Amino acid sequence: MTINKEHFRRALQHSPFHSRLAALSLTEEWTGWNGYKAARTLDKLSTEYFAVRSSCSVMDLTPMEKYRISGKDAFRFLDRLVTRDLSKLKPGMVTYVVWCNDDGKLIDDGTLFQLDEDQYRLCSQHHQLDWLLISSIGFDVNIEVETHEVAALAVQGPTAYSILTEAGIDGLADLKPFGIAQLQCNGFPLVVSRTGYTGDLGYELWVDPKHAESLWDALFAIKPRLDIHPIGLSTLEMVRIEAGFIMPGFDFNTAESTIRADYDRSPYEVGLGWLVNLDKGHFTGRQALLAEKARPVKRRLTKIYVDGNKPVREAFIFDAKHGKQIGEIKCATWSPILKANLAIADIEFVNGKLPPQLWARVDYQRELKWLSIWAECRVSDKPFYTPEHRSATPPANF
Amino acid sequence: MTEQMDVIIIGAGHNGLVCGTYLARAGLDVLFLEARDAVGGMTATRAIDTDYHTPGLAQTSFPVCTQIRKDLQLDSFGYSVGKAADTISLEQNGAHLRIGQQGPSGQGVSNSDTMAFDQLKKEYLDYAKALRPLFQNKPPRLKDFDFKDKTTLAKLGWNLRVGLGSDSMNEFLRIATMNMYDILDEALENEQLKGALAADAVLGHHMGPRTPGTVLTWLNRLSGELNGSLSVVDGSDSQLGHALRKAAAASGASFRLNASVRKILVEKSRAYGVEMADGEKIKAPLVISNADPRSTLLDLVGAPELDAMFAQRVSQIRGAGDVAKLHLALTGLPEFTGLAGADLEHRLIVAPTMMYVERAFNPAKYGECSDNPVLEITIPSLQNKSLAPAGHHVMAVNVTFAPYNLEGGWEKAKDQFASKVIDQLCRYAPNLKSLIANQELLTPQDIEREYHVREGHWHHGEMTIHQSFMMRPLYGAAQYDTPIDGLFLCGAGTHPGGGLTGQPGHNAAQRILAMRPAS
Ligand SMILES: Cc1cc2nc3c(=O)[nH]c(=O)nc-3n(C[C@H](O)[C@H](O)[C@H](O)COP(=O)(O)OP(=O)(O)OC[C@H]3O[C@@H](n4cnc5c(N)ncnc54)[C@H](O)[C@@H]3O)c2cc1C
Repeated sequence: MTINKEHFRRALQHSPFHSRLAALSLTEEWTGWNGYKAARTLDKLSTEYFAVRSSCSVMDLTPMEKYRISGKDAFRFLDRLVTRDLSKLKPGMVTYVVWCNDDGKLIDDGTLFQLDEDQYRLCSQHHQLDWLLISSIGFDVNIEVETHEVAALAVQGPTAYSILTEAGIDGLADLKPFGIAQLQCNGFPLVVSRTGYTGDLGYELWVDPKHAESLWDALFAIKPRLDIHPIGLSTLEMVRIEAGFIMPGFDFNTAESTIRADYDRSPYEVGLGWLVNLDKGHFTGRQALLAEKARPVKRRLTKIYVDGNKPVREAFIFDAKHGKQIGEIKCATWSPILKANLAIADIEFVNGKLPPQLWARVDYQRELKWLSIWAECRVSDKPFYTPEHRSATPPANF
Repeated sequence: MTEQMDVIIIGAGHNGLVCGTYLARAGLDVLFLEARDAVGGMTATRAIDTDYHTPGLAQTSFPVCTQIRKDLQLDSFGYSVGKAADTISLEQNGAHLRIGQQGPSGQGVSNSDTMAFDQLKKEYLDYAKALRPLFQNKPPRLKDFDFKDKTTLAKLGWNLRVGLGSDSMNEFLRIATMNMYDILDEALENEQLKGALAADAVLGHHMGPRTPGTVLTWLNRLSGELNGSLSVVDGSDSQLGHALRKAAAASGASFRLNASVRKILVEKSRAYGVEMADGEKIKAPLVISNADPRSTLLDLVGAPELDAMFAQRVSQIRGAGDVAKLHLALTGLPEFTGLAGADLEHRLIVAPTMMYVERAFNPAKYGECSDNPVLEITIPSLQNKSLAPAGHHVMAVNVTFAPYNLEGGWEKAKDQFASKVIDQLCRYAPNLKSLIANQELLTPQDIEREYHVREGHWHHGEMTIHQSFMMRPLYGAAQYDTPIDGLFLCGAGTHPGGGLTGQPGHNAAQRILAMRPAS
């Protein structure tokens, strides 16, 4: 890795796509993400949102933490790290994973890419090097941070396949969800995975930073025929809630940053129990999770529709109108495509069961005056939005 | 073929023997698997030449506590308390200091020295007595006390508050985390006396007299004195190791020697047996390890079977050995300036002042051997004639400090260091060199290899405050059990630590028996 001696001149690093993002930014609304300058928005939110849902969006994912994990024990190391059974993972496949501390509390989630035999990439929201190194004791494994060595772009939306194909990336027709392909684009190599955080048809592209701008330009060359828009973190927040994805550090406190007792969360408590396999070999937190599973469910992150159209960010949940406070909303959005108020709430169970009635007390402002109404909530067992086209193989051509 | 036992004990050191004998006497089928060719661990007789033997690594010890002695009927297996040994602190000019049953004596010892010494000793023996419930039981858990923990704490509280009285209690709280240097400087004037006591406090530890916590290590040692006087370990039939071997055999336990365990078999966080070095598997629902905690958890179980943070904490256990052992085969009895032949049956030490001991420790902090090490010398063949041919002798020397991780490596330094120690000994016993028929120096690395204890540590892990009591060997495994169901620890690495006390083995057995469902 070459050390950039000029880094201190900038509080936030520029991603390899920055020149292109800056040129297209109409709002100039930037924020910090993992040390990078990232767009909160570039255009009107609705323009960005409908790019994801109706045409094609592009988002710079370079700031995501990326780790290259390799070596003889790489698989055993990962299998002991994460709660999920990895035995079905094969080269050319991606899987969604979470990992816990000894107490079975979530440290982070991520996507795990098997690039080759004994070659993996782990992408996570938060910095994980220390935890990965702690977890590597007793394994013959190599762990390298490759956050800055790999430029990443999410291309998501119903026309994503057509745009990529037209941009010269051949070989995507057979790529199934969670598949990885090593492909070419105008003469440079890139890795494409059919993954994403939007719940729509979509791909993530991984390239050497030196090809980042060429890749961007190849995609935007299609714009005259098929619309394509860069998007920022605000749009991502809307679509990820629609897709039912949770965000560590926002929807729940990650274990290693929790100080107060009981403020951290287990996979069961955030609704990711399906990612825990207590029957595979040992993994960190297994005994704690086994014990937790034997006890009545204490609480769970729950997807809810909230009646009405008032934004419900930061509201409490009650077991009846004017009832007992039993939870709080962690994230929420108005879904333009579903015409509904969506939220994910942390709710205390009663005797191991979700209370039958859920009400939100929604505080809102009208002409700067605070008002309060009661809104009934309905639980959604499935992600709110799962369009069929997201998993069609081959995807439709436009 | 796989065998099925009730209990497998990995290692037949004296603590393993104590633990296994208790369990066998409770009706369990116990199998000892010992990697070496003899039982006893660091207290097994050791050949240094065809005709010369030493009693092992431990050279002096206190009697084992009466509870263990009675429970295991050790006396009926030949155990008896060894002859009381004085400590003689050597001076090059022959002006030695002697600390015996009656207190200190010698040229430089005044009346007020004797009084101050008696006072100090009495006070600290009282503290040691008050702490007894803590040493003789499993250390209480940090939270979720069980009944046993409550009684231990109640007894401890009673002893500290009522036994000591409030003044002593306050004083105890003041001194508990202090260092020996300050304590001794406060209480005594005689430099030689201070040096001798300071040496006791750091024996076997990577600590100098000024290291915090040395008051506790000294108290731990003093708790041995509550059982009787220190004696020279001579390897005769009346010694603890031999009596324990017989007691274990009589209780129905079986032994395998040269039987090195390679792996503890674990499935779903439960131990179900062991795999031997040759691949043979032996099954048992209870596996108890007399090996040190790091070897047990990191090598035999393996970090992959443990949670990551716990494995990390195990790997951080401090325990690099800092004592080397010099064994000399002698064609005759050496003459020490200013000592009579009969004096040599006692424990001789070289620790003339506290500053000497502290200076000896300085290089060890930086991975170097002491220029002038602290020495503990015994000649066990004076008591046990079978150790050497008639008229010949063996000498054992604990050489402090000799770091496990020596800068530049032990390979080149070893012979040089041995010669240096012999030269140093010759300053007190000028004819020594001419009597040496053979010699061996065991560095902590040699001890690691030959006794299968990680980093060759006397106590299987440092006895720092953060690795003592309810945190020994570490949080998460401090009550002899481990995160692996059915796997227990019983060696010196557990509470209350090393030395020939049998206490860890006893406490572990009590814990295991208490956890068993009543049948
Ligand atoms: C240089 C030195 C000098 C000492 N001097 C004194 C002294 O003067 N006085 C005193 O009281 N104490 C002394 N000690 C300390 C004392 O000897 C130990 O604390 C004590 O012997 C520990 O007893 P134990 O039964 O717990 O373990 P050990 O005696 O170490 O026994 C452990 C046994 O387990 C076996 N084992 C380990 N791993 C395996 C495996 N994988 N498979 C099969 N078997 C295995 C080992 O071979 C060994 O026999 C000294 C220690 C050293 C290193």
